[in-house]
Amino acid sequence: MGLKARSEFLYFAWRNKKLRVGLAIILFFALMAIFGPFLAKYPPNEYVEVAAFPPSREHWFGTTIFGQDVFSQFVHGLRATFIVGLIGGTIGTLLGILIGFTAGYRGGMVDEILNMITNIVLIIPTLAVLIIIAAYLTVRGILTESIFIGLTAWPWAARAIRAQTFSLRVREYVDMARISGMKSWRIIFGEIAPNMMSYLLLVYILQFGGAVLNAAALDFIGLGPTDTVSLGLMMNYALLWAALPLKIWWWFVPPGAAIMAIVGALYVTNVGLDEVFNPKLREL
Amino acid sequence: MMRLDRVSKIYRVGAFGARKLPAVCDVSFDVRGGEVVSLIGESGSGKSTIGKMILRLISITSGKIWFNDMDISTLKGNALKEYYRRVQGVFQDPFGSYNPIFKADRIFQIVRREFYPHIPQADWDEKVERTLTSVGLNPQQVLNKFPHQLSGGQLQRFLIARALLLDIEFLVADEIISMLDASTRIDVLNLLADLKARGLSILFITHDLSLGYYISERAVILYCGRIMEMGRTESVFSNPIHPYTQLLMDSVPRLDQKWAKTVRSVEDGDKAHLAGCVYYPRCSKGTPECTKAIPPLVEVAPDHWVACHRW
Amino acid sequence: MTLQVENLTLYYQTLRGDARALEDATFKMADGEIMGVAGESGCGKTTLGHGIVLLKPPMKFVRGRVVLDGEELPIWDMERMREYRFRKISIIPQYAMNALNPIRKIGTMIGEVVRSRGIDYGAILPELKRRLDLVGLSHDVLKMYPIELSGGMKQRVVLVLSTLLNPSVLIADEITSALDVSTQKAVMEMLVEFRDRGFVKSIMVITHDISILYQVADSIMVMYAGQLSEKGPTEVIIHRPRHPYTKMLIGSLPKVGVRYAETRLSGIPGSPPVLLDPPPGCRFQDRCPVAFEKCRDVPPFLEIEPGHFVACWREY
Repeated sequence: MGLKARSEFLYFAWRNKKLRVGLAIILFFALMAIFGPFLAKYPPNEYVEVAAFPPSREHWFGTTIFGQDVFSQFVHGLRATFIVGLIGGTIGTLLGILIGFTAGYRGGMVDEILNMITNIVLIIPTLAVLIIIAAYLTVRGILTESIFIGLTAWPWAARAIRAQTFSLRVREYVDMARISGMKSWRIIFGEIAPNMMSYLLLVYILQFGGAVLNAAALDFIGLGPTDTVSLGLMMNYALLWAALPLKIWWWFVPPGAAIMAIVGALYVTNVGLDEVFNPKLREL
Repeated sequence: MMRLDRVSKIYRVGAFGARKLPAVCDVSFDVRGGEVVSLIGESGSGKSTIGKMILRLISITSGKIWFNDMDISTLKGNALKEYYRRVQGVFQDPFGSYNPIFKADRIFQIVRREFYPHIPQADWDEKVERTLTSVGLNPQQVLNKFPHQLSGGQLQRFLIARALLLDIEFLVADEIISMLDASTRIDVLNLLADLKARGLSILFITHDLSLGYYISERAVILYCGRIMEMGRTESVFSNPIHPYTQLLMDSVPRLDQKWAKTVRSVEDGDKAHLAGCVYYPRCSKGTPECTKAIPPLVEVAPDHWVACHRW
Repeated sequence: MTLQVENLTLYYQTLRGDARALEDATFKMADGEIMGVAGESGCGKTTLGHGIVLLKPPMKFVRGRVVLDGEELPIWDMERMREYRFRKISIIPQYAMNALNPIRKIGTMIGEVVRSRGIDYGAILPELKRRLDLVGLSHDVLKMYPIELSGGMKQRVVLVLSTLLNPSVLIADEITSALDVSTQKAVMEMLVEFRDRGFVKSIMVITHDISILYQVADSIMVMYAGQLSEKGPTEVIIHRPRHPYTKMLIGSLPKVGVRYAETRLSGIPGSPPVLLDPPPGCRFQDRCPVAFEKCRDVPPFLEIEPGHFVACWREY
C-alpha cells in the first residue's frame, strides 16, 4: 500500500467512531484475557470459599454455588474464548480463502464442483453436526472445539471470496500477469489477494465473531471442553445449578455480558472498517 | 507470422450451457512480418476476443491460430512462456493494467523474475532505463512512482517498454490509445509506427477508423464476430464495397467533411440469429437471398476481400 | 440570449485542498445555438455542465452568475434549482444511460420522473409517444427494461425524457462517447432535429471529440485546465483557430486520409497542470511553444472579431 494511501486510511480510521469504540472494547477484553489470569488469586475450578458469595473485596465477581471464584473463571474463560476465536476464525478464513480463490480464479468445472461442495456444507445444520461430533468425543479440549468450528464455518467466507475473485480476475492487470507467464498461485497471492486485504480482514473479523458465538452456544448446551473453563461453560453450569431462580446473578451476568460485548464490538468494528475501506461510505 | 484459420469462439450460457452465444465466427486472416494490421469493429464485434485468443487469455472454440507454423492452442508450461517472450499485448485501460497497490515499475521486475532471472540487477536496471528512453520517457521522472502519479500516456508507454524488454516479434495493441487524451494519443501511435519500422508485427485493434487508416497497411472490418471486408487499407477505405463498411465510412466524424444526409440506420435490438448474413437486419441493400446463406469472403480485387451477396 | 454565464468559478473540495476545476468562465449561448464544449479530461467541461444544473458537494460554488432567459439561476442551491431543472434546463449526465434503474420499466421510470414534477403522465403520454416515433423507437420500449435496450436505444430514451417538457437549455455531457460511430451519428442528428423542432431552444454539447462537434455544432468553446481558451463559430475554430492550444489540438487529430507514412502528426508535449495548485496566469503556458513573460498573468477572454473570443496574450 502506498504511503499516501496508508496515511489516508489512518486518517479515516481515526475519524471513525464505530471503529474506535469497537476496537477499544475488544482491546479491553483481550488485555483482560492475557493478563487477567495473572491477577486472579485462585485456580478457576478450585473450591475456595463459601458457596454463592456475592461480589466482595476478596472475590471481585463473587463465588459460584460450589464456592469457586467467578473472577478467576471469568478471566480464564475469556482466554478460552479468544483462543477459540483465533483458531476457529483462522481455520475458517484459511479454508474460505483456499476454496474461494481456487473456485473464483479457475472458474469452469473446478468452480462448479467447489461451489457444489460449498453449498452442501452451507445448508448442513452446523450446530446439529457439531452436537453429534461433540457427543462422540468423550474428552474434548478447546483446540478440538476450535477446529470443529473452523471446519464448518468456511462456506460463506468461500462464497464471498469467490465472488470478489471473479470480479478481480477479469481486470487487465491480471491479464498482464498471465501474459508475463506467471503461475496461477502467484497471480492469486501476488496480484489478486493484495487487492482484497481489506476484504479478507473483514472476513476474518466475522469468522472470529462467529467462532466465539458458536463456541458459546456449544458450551452452553454442555458440549464444550471437558478439561477447562469457558464463558459458555460458566453459563451452562449457572443454568444447571439454578443460578437464575436463586438469583446468583454474578455467576451468569459477567460471561453473558462479555460474550455479547465482544461479538457486538467485532461487528461494530466490522461496520466501521467497511466505512473506512469503502470510499463511498466515507464522510468527508 | 501470425495466421488465424477459421477461428471461432462460442460461449455457452444458461443452465448447462444450453444456449450458444457466438462471439467470433470463422475468422481467418494473417499478419505478416513487420506489418500493422488494423482490426476494426464496433463494441461487441468480437475484436478484443480475437486479441485475447491470440494472447491465450481465452480459449479457442474451433479453428487454429498459427504463429510461425506453430499451433498456439496446445502450448503449455515452458513452451507457453517462450511464446509470451515473443508475443505480447497492451490493453485499453492504462490504469487498469497496473495493480493499483504497487508501484508502476513493478511490471519490469516481474518480467525479470519470470524471463531473465539470471541477469544481474545492475545490468537489468540499465536495460530498463535504455528501453524507457527508447519509448520517449525520462527514467528519472517515471521510475519509482505509483500508477496514479503517472499520466495515461506515460503508463501506456511503460507497457510498451515492458513488451520491448522481451524478444518480442508480435504485439497485440487492443484499443491502446482510446482512453488517452487527444493531445498525447498521437505520440503513442507514432511510437507503435516506429516499432513497426524496426520489424515488429502489430495487430492494432480499434473502433476508430481514422486511427486504423493512419497506422496500418491492411485492415480487417469485423461485425458481430464475422469479417465483412478486409484488404489493403487504401482499397478498403477508398473503395468500401460492403454496405457495413460504407456505413462506417459515412458515419466517421471528420474535420474536412460534414456528414452526408443519409438514411438513418439504427439497430432496433433485434439480434435473432439468422441462417444468412449477420448484417442483414441493418442492411439497406439486403434481399431475401441474403437470409438464406452466409456470404463467403470473396477476393474482389487483388488483396481486397468482401463477404456480401450483393457486391 | 438564452444562457449567460459570468465569472463562473467552481472548485472541488478534496482532502488536499480545493481543486480549481473551473475559473472565471464567461460566455453566452444564443437562442437556437448548439454550442460544443471541447477539451481533454480535467479541462473543466463536465464541471461547467454540472455546475449550471446539478451543483452538489464535493463541488463548491465560489462565484459567478448564470442567467437563463433573463432570470438568474440559484445554482448554489440544490433545492431551489429543482424548480428549474428538467422544466427549464435539463442535463444528460455522462453515463446517464447506464444509470437507468434496471428493475424499472422505461415507462414506469418516465412516469415517476414526470409525476415528481407534478405533471400528469397520462396527459403527456401522447406527446411522449410522438417523440419516441421521431427517434425511431417503438412504443414497446415503454414496457421494456433498460437491460433489453442497446446503448444507442437507451441514449435515445434519455434524450426524449430530458427534453419532454421543452426546456430552454439542454446540456448533453459525452452522450455519444460510449456509442459506435454509426449510432453516434444517429443520436447527434436527433439532437439537431430536436433543436430544429423547437423541443429545446439551445443545446450545450460537451465532448472530448472535436470532430463530432464539427458535424453538428454552431459554435465551439475550447477549454484547457479549467480556463476557457477560445470560443467561436465552428468553421472559424476548426479552420482558423487562434489559440495555440486549439491549433495544436486540432493538428494532433488523425483524419481518414492521413497516413503515418506520409504525414506524421505530432501531439502536444507535456501534461496539464495539477489543479490543486496551478501556476498563475495562463495554464497552458508550460506546454505552449509561444509563451512569454506576460503569460504569467491570466489572459482576458477577448472578442477579437464578432463572436470569436480568445484568451491569449499573443493576440495583443
